[in-house]
Amino acid sequence: MDLTLTAEQDLIVSMVRRFVREEIVPLELGLDPDADELPAADRTRLVAKVKEMGLYGLDIPPEYGGPEIDLPTRTLIAIEMSQHRAGLYAPCYGVFGGAGLAQLFEANDDQKSRYLQPMLRGEKRGFFGLTEPSGGSDPARAIRTRAVRDGDDWIINGSKIFISGADRAHFGLVFARTDPEKGRGGVTCFIVDTDTPGFHVRRVVHTLRAARYATELSFVDMRVPNANVLGKLNGGFAIANDRLSRQRIPYAAGCIGVAVLAHEMAVEYAGQRETFGATLASRQAIQWMLVDNEIDIETARWLTLAAADRAERGEDFRKQAAMAKLVATEAGGRVVDRCMQIYGGYGVTKDFPFERWYREMRIRRIGEGPSEVQRHIIARDILGASLR
Amino acid sequence: MQIRCTKPWLTIDAAALEALPGQLGIFELADGTGRVVYIGRADARSLFGLRSEVARQARAIPDATAFRFEVTTAYHTRHLELLMVHQADHAALPKYNEPMPSLGRLSPG
Repeated sequence: MDLTLTAEQDLIVSMVRRFVREEIVPLELGLDPDADELPAADRTRLVAKVKEMGLYGLDIPPEYGGPEIDLPTRTLIAIEMSQHRAGLYAPCYGVFGGAGLAQLFEANDDQKSRYLQPMLRGEKRGFFGLTEPSGGSDPARAIRTRAVRDGDDWIINGSKIFISGADRAHFGLVFARTDPEKGRGGVTCFIVDTDTPGFHVRRVVHTLRAARYATELSFVDMRVPNANVLGKLNGGFAIANDRLSRQRIPYAAGCIGVAVLAHEMAVEYAGQRETFGATLASRQAIQWMLVDNEIDIETARWLTLAAADRAERGEDFRKQAAMAKLVATEAGGRVVDRCMQIYGGYGVTKDFPFERWYREMRIRRIGEGPSEVQRHIIARDILGASLR
Repeated sequence: MQIRCTKPWLTIDAAALEALPGQLGIFELADGTGRVVYIGRADARSLFGLRSEVARQARAIPDATAFRFEVTTAYHTRHLELLMVHQADHAALPKYNEPMPSLGRLSPG
């Protein structure tokens, strides 16, 4: 695999890098260190600018109006977009737009007109409701939310946890068990309107991620029409699984971007800060930290771009995506930790972004499938079906 | 953690404001009838955390006669949560909070 940037990639990456450093980073100086939204006027102005750049809605397929940019290039862009304080969970504060719930591209025409098109026009927001209090790493077995057929409808009862954006959403994808006898073959995905009687957002779940919260949901005799089944009956696990695999590549890319910026800041600081009559950069202890950062970043970058390359070529990329997610999240955590150490007392203040990255990076080893599940996926690939 | 703030109300006076911690957190201001009239937060931009923010808002809101607070590093999400709970309980935000079109909806029960 050749990882040399093409002239076009180089141009796009430079453009996004300039945008982040000239437009996003200066705005952050006036925001609370845990902010995850821009003031409305700034957001409108920057969305217009991104549209002028031709990069709005990066992940939207071209047939739905998105720019035609391949996955490796989108991965390179994702690495750039996260290079600011809020970049891990709010890259560029969302001004590049997004595809929303990508599963809806596989919806039927009626569902597309009711949910996908309004979502792409920015009129409706959706949420992804998979994880339950009984667990999130093994959704095929952990899902206890039940859907029972009643005429042309389904009656759903159960709960979900760690669900982002449900309190502000117009609809969501809710995974429920429709056949209790079958494990992964007994789960169905439903599109649920959030104004449906019986749909409740019970509480905010506070986490280390101080700006973006998750929520806990409960469903009490929630009636959903059969027309809102997404995909096949009992075919929900494939929908969830596909999303989880694809999401691992940008998830890894975000960690790399933050690691790159943290490392850059540490290199600069080490060259300026003097202790005992010499700069930190002249100390071998610091040099080795910076060397380890460099190795961590390069390793994560290679694996993530390799996964993106395989996915772009239509090859099976589950193992590569798991490796990228595993390595990038763990490497990102180590890099931020070392940079914080180099910055000393300043590193743990809210005057610098390290403390936010440190908290948020810790979540990355758990979110979208913890490191142990990624290793399980890789082991299953190596050892075959005997582990299933 | 309780969804609603359950800390005791304190009378707004110079001594009580002086005694406030400099940490980050959230606070509620109430009028003489006990009605919550403002929900605020002391974020990382506040010079002296809750001490300076509660005092500043108490000066700006003449109806306010009492306050209560929580020290929390999750001041951002806790602030939004309390606003959503107030909205759910009273179908409106407190009198002195600005409208927030993008505020989420909770049905805490």
